[in-house]
Amino acid sequence: MSVKRTGNDLGGRAAIVGIGATEFSKDSGRSEMSLACEAVAAAIADAGLQPSDVDGMVTYSTDNNPDVEIARHVGIGSLRHFSRVHYGGGAACGTIVMAAMAVATGVADAVVCYRAFNERSGRRFGAGVQDLPMAATAERAQFSWTTPSGQLTPASWVAMVARRYMHLYGATSEDFGRVAVAGRKHAATNPKAWFYEQPITLEDHQNSRWIVDPLHLMDCCQESDGGQALVVTSIERARDLPNKPAVIVAGAQGAGAEQWTMTSFYRDDIAQLPEMKVVADELWKSSGLTPADIQTAILYDHFTPYVLMQLEEFGFCARGEAKDFIRGGGLELGGRLPANTHGGQLGEAYIHGMNGIAEGVRQVRGTSVNQVGNVENVLVTAGTGVPTSGLILGVDR
Amino acid sequence: MSSETTAVEESPAEKAAFLAQLHEFVGLEIGEPTPGPDEVNAPMIRHLVETVDDRNPIYTDPALAARSVHGGIVAPPTMLQAWVMVGIDGPKREGDGPYERMNALLFSKGFTSVVGTNSDQTYHRYLRPGDRLTMRTVIDSISDEKTTGLGTGHFVTTRQDYYDATDELVGSMMFRIFRFRPKARAAAPKPKPPRPRPATTHDTQWWFDALKEGRVCAQRCGSCNTLRFPTGPMCPSCHSLDWIAVDMPHSGTVHSYIVTHYPQVPSFDYPLPVLLVDLDPDPKGRPDDRAVRLVVNTVDNSMVGVEVGARVRIVIEKCDDDLSLPFAVVEGANSKGAGQ
Repeated sequence: MSVKRTGNDLGGRAAIVGIGATEFSKDSGRSEMSLACEAVAAAIADAGLQPSDVDGMVTYSTDNNPDVEIARHVGIGSLRHFSRVHYGGGAACGTIVMAAMAVATGVADAVVCYRAFNERSGRRFGAGVQDLPMAATAERAQFSWTTPSGQLTPASWVAMVARRYMHLYGATSEDFGRVAVAGRKHAATNPKAWFYEQPITLEDHQNSRWIVDPLHLMDCCQESDGGQALVVTSIERARDLPNKPAVIVAGAQGAGAEQWTMTSFYRDDIAQLPEMKVVADELWKSSGLTPADIQTAILYDHFTPYVLMQLEEFGFCARGEAKDFIRGGGLELGGRLPANTHGGQLGEAYIHGMNGIAEGVRQVRGTSVNQVGNVENVLVTAGTGVPTSGLILGVDR
Repeated sequence: MSSETTAVEESPAEKAAFLAQLHEFVGLEIGEPTPGPDEVNAPMIRHLVETVDDRNPIYTDPALAARSVHGGIVAPPTMLQAWVMVGIDGPKREGDGPYERMNALLFSKGFTSVVGTNSDQTYHRYLRPGDRLTMRTVIDSISDEKTTGLGTGHFVTTRQDYYDATDELVGSMMFRIFRFRPKARAAAPKPKPPRPRPATTHDTQWWFDALKEGRVCAQRCGSCNTLRFPTGPMCPSCHSLDWIAVDMPHSGTVHSYIVTHYPQVPSFDYPLPVLLVDLDPDPKGRPDDRAVRLVVNTVDNSMVGVEVGARVRIVIEKCDDDLSLPFAVVEGANSKGAGQ
């Protein structure tokens, strides 16, 4: 068997046809299951489908809402496909990849991908692994190299990479801050965003308190309660549905060599995201597109430094030059690559990347509150620092 | 903790009004004049000077004292207060005289604790056996609000004037106390919980065990000699499951570092530096050995000299009975308690 080197055949076979979300808050006051059901039902309705049309469900391995229970509450009947994707926020675009594979192969006709949690009022991911039992499993044991030294949280893991990146390329905290300023600028005009009408300046960013030096508070995304769901079906069926399809032009997952979950500290060069390079290579190869073909991007922004590094992995700029790429409002509406036009997870809400995919769909539909002109292709990425995933969503042609 | 009184922050005007109320007590006499139960007498003088080992013969030797400037036995001046002490079963002061009312006012503001601060006596003449004293007490002064190590309150000074049978003032004593609101005692610090345990498996436990023996180890393939770290069951190069532990040098270079401020976990002190350190190569190793990279804290959380590229030495410290960890000390930086 020969190894395929030209990218996968997933592109163009499926589309996202429905999106639905709950309110995004800091304290939903209700169950995660309630959030999940509302988001799933809303996405199915948005797609112009009935619950009984859905025969597949995909979520994160970290989601607390079993697919079959949602199916019971929402009135979805039998399921032919159900799968879960691992590695936290790295799963986001991966759920769409699973769904697209299922509909492309006829394993399912219509798949709902969902994520819902009380991540702010319930267990906060920002707390890291400090309050989790340290069971003698390989998955927990991987944290044993950092936890006894008090490096317990996502911010602390990212900060270690960020410092090295700053050292190698001369990026500064202000360069990271420009990502936050762009996100908050976009959130300021998005009524659904938690930080609606609350833009920040670079000075605000610099004055925000340290979380883990070199990361300020405003380098860290929010913690949020909420749910987001998306419906994937075949391109043929999509053309019969009311919304303009967001075609899955390309989709990929990626884990890099010497991959760890958040603590890939043992690579020769830690100031890179090789897992995202795997995704990038696959998306470009399988779509035949290049960075010049992307009008807007949703770059996973749980921590600002990784937005810069993603730009480099995708080839929007050379290694170490993202700081120059984003200067002068490069990521802002009207800039060279408007990114996270919903406000990102820094500005809209932290729904583990799923709300970003929905914004990608809106950009393709032309319905974003911060609509970019003449959108043909949108790049969407998932969680960084972990095994991850990505999508190119495009208009049907 | 029940004796604690919550301090309510008052405005300067409220404080001034309170002080004016207090000052109304200044100059008032406390209680009735107190007569001494006994006249000044030789036996009590003798008891006292024997107790304090004062051998001055003017207190006890009538013949010698008679030839002195005193012309006879005198009482040690410091016994002034003793002559009017009412004794263990003597009457207690009660009622609602000025002193009680002053205290009630102080108590109303939470100044419920008291400590004696100092006492000064003034003598106008020596007392002789046969003198019979009467004491009168007045409130001499009340200070502004003061804060001391004990808490916040007012110094209250009383003056006791001692008169002989002819109403001649023979001596006085100033007695100062501090009436204060006790400082809220900080809750007893909880003992710091131990550091998070490393979750270990059969493939990693040995490495933490080696730290307890003072060893920082890496793993070398027993078949192809490839060095690897962190530890794992299999050689990625040749798939051998055989391996040996090799002792790594206790020195290296900072590859990256962070300073953790938040969230704060009770096991640690903050700000908490965490360093990623490339250990120096195994001197007996191969030229193509990869760097062994450790996540470590610094001794005493020192940030002195911490930067990417800084040279460090590694010391192993026992964190508790079950956990020893490597810590970094930046070379050339003076860090107290660096050990080794």
